[in-house]
Amino acid sequence: MSYHRISKKPASTIAPNLHDYDEYRAHFSWDQARASLDGLPDGKGLNIAYEAVDRHVNALRGHHTAIRWLDNQGHAHDYSYAELKKRTNQFANALRSLGIGKRDRVFVLAPRVPELYITALGTLKNTSVFSPLFSAFGPEPIQMRMDIGAAKVLVTTTRLYQRKIQALRDKLPSLQHVILIREDESADLVADTHDFDELTQAVPDTFEIPPTDPEDMALLHFTSGTTGKPKGAVHVHKAVMMHNMTARLALDLHLEDVFWCTADPGWVTGTSYGIIAPLTIGATMIIDYAEFDAERWYNIIQDQRVSVWYTAPTAVRMMMKAGEEVISRYDTSSLRFMASVGEPLNPEAVVWSESAFGLPFHDNWWQSETGGIMISNYAAMDIKPGSMGRPLPGIEAAVVKRLKDGGIKMIETPNTPGELALKTGWPSMFRGYLGEEARYQKCFVDDWYLSDDLVSCDEEGYFWFIGRADDLIKSSGHLIGPFEVESALIEHPAVAEAGVIGVPDAISGEIVKAFIVPNAGFQAEGSLKKQILGHARKKLGVAVAPRDIEFRKNLPKTRSGKIMRRLLKARELGLPEGDTSTLETDE
Amino acid sequence: MNRDQIKSVVLSELYSIAPELEDEDIAPDTAFRDQFDFDSMDFLNFVIGLHETLKIDIPEPDYPKLLSLNGCVAYLESKDLPG
Repeated sequence: MSYHRISKKPASTIAPNLHDYDEYRAHFSWDQARASLDGLPDGKGLNIAYEAVDRHVNALRGHHTAIRWLDNQGHAHDYSYAELKKRTNQFANALRSLGIGKRDRVFVLAPRVPELYITALGTLKNTSVFSPLFSAFGPEPIQMRMDIGAAKVLVTTTRLYQRKIQALRDKLPSLQHVILIREDESADLVADTHDFDELTQAVPDTFEIPPTDPEDMALLHFTSGTTGKPKGAVHVHKAVMMHNMTARLALDLHLEDVFWCTADPGWVTGTSYGIIAPLTIGATMIIDYAEFDAERWYNIIQDQRVSVWYTAPTAVRMMMKAGEEVISRYDTSSLRFMASVGEPLNPEAVVWSESAFGLPFHDNWWQSETGGIMISNYAAMDIKPGSMGRPLPGIEAAVVKRLKDGGIKMIETPNTPGELALKTGWPSMFRGYLGEEARYQKCFVDDWYLSDDLVSCDEEGYFWFIGRADDLIKSSGHLIGPFEVESALIEHPAVAEAGVIGVPDAISGEIVKAFIVPNAGFQAEGSLKKQILGHARKKLGVAVAPRDIEFRKNLPKTRSGKIMRRLLKARELGLPEGDTSTLETDE
Repeated sequence: MNRDQIKSVVLSELYSIAPELEDEDIAPDTAFRDQFDFDSMDFLNFVIGLHETLKIDIPEPDYPKLLSLNGCVAYLESKDLPG
């Protein structure tokens, strides 16, 4: 089925920042993007937190609301830019008082509470490195990531600490300080930890950001690999150029906007666009503590007068399920622009949103490695439902084919599938996988970054997502590495072998499904399935653990004993099996 | 169905989604997602499980009533389910 192109009419109220895609692109320069930022005073460099917070106070906008946080009951708590400056100064001073400095890694594992945001920005002010963990990770993914990142500080809540960290402390040799956010202020302090409030209130609320080289490491985002450990993608302070530019051009953010990014900062979108990007614009950012609930969300849009909204396909599909009628009971007229990221937004959802909200969702594409939006639909550019749009000004994207000799060949014929490649050199490109130079180098051929995403590009330069080139699973917009899941599964005494794939799901895009060969002496039955499922959820956390388990007598393997996930998937989905010449043992 | 029967169905559906909760004390008035790792997908699967086991329709606007154990029991009691 084909979908009608959604044409854009000239804006009646606020003119889009990117008014004419082709013209803007033709005249774009990175200097122009840099000119939207201030840089540290006296030419001391470029610091993300200065651009996000302090410069607005210096520009006499300190009274403007930076963060409006909605607690679990939906009550609003406001933080002005001036207040945010003080609180982040205190956190930076607190880190300094603990002897934490440049390049030291500060991890956070927390639900969406204000302290998380203060930690992120205060860490950047101190030129330490901020690394977010998703609060629904289990102990194994947490330990693995903190180990790779050599975490020196962890900021978390009392509850998460007691459930997930306390038992791990011995296995985290680099960890020097744990700072606890106390949800229940009457609760006792926990041994070997600091109290967030006590620590930050004992230090001054003024702080001078040290000189920051634009190439200084700022953010560490973990992403999954098909094999081996997760990878820590390193980003530098210069990435703020891209955060700011994409907020203006791809999300059409203006100074007076009320912006709501629903992504959790535990994932890259929630940091780049749920903390940094909107603040560099000087807009007001909504943060909701609670998880998805259709009516709660529409209430937030109505009561907070949200004007720009950035969410994910899984949420959009859940809203579609709840139906248009619910939306009609709320006043969503404050919305001016809506965008979506995480996985391709299906064309039905784009068309539905136009009918339900009177505005279409604008899909865009990027990855942890790219640091910011790379390909996007724009306020003033027609949408072809199902397409991720066109590359940002300054970004050169191509469709390529990998050659056997290790090189690549450009695919020039429109609508021909190939791998999405980006010309290197944009400011928020990752600067490495921490401690894994070889793995980093493998991402590049000549001066192109290869994304592992299969796409095609049409005659007008719109890109269309086709699938992943590897075995990674995209569930609710989160990238999950099958290897990490399989490793945790085989730790269970009943599991001899495990093969993990993504299977299509109407709501979350894909769900994680495990095929398991039980050890001798274990019965492949429902009670064992529950035991293994419980084990995986405890170890990995709900964001990573399988949702479904199926027992098998054998798994298809190559001669070297590698499980052929591709074959498991083809069989599960009833697709052609493709090349099976490397198959040694079958099911 | 009486209250105890309903509670046992609710717990059985909950444990089929999140078996690790069998070892946990459940605070009956606190939302599942506020005391355990229980995300939106888990919740959706849990509601679908109740729907399939009890053969009742649970309209989307009623979902917020099912967030906690006591919430579920009260909601299902009001449905006057056959024993």
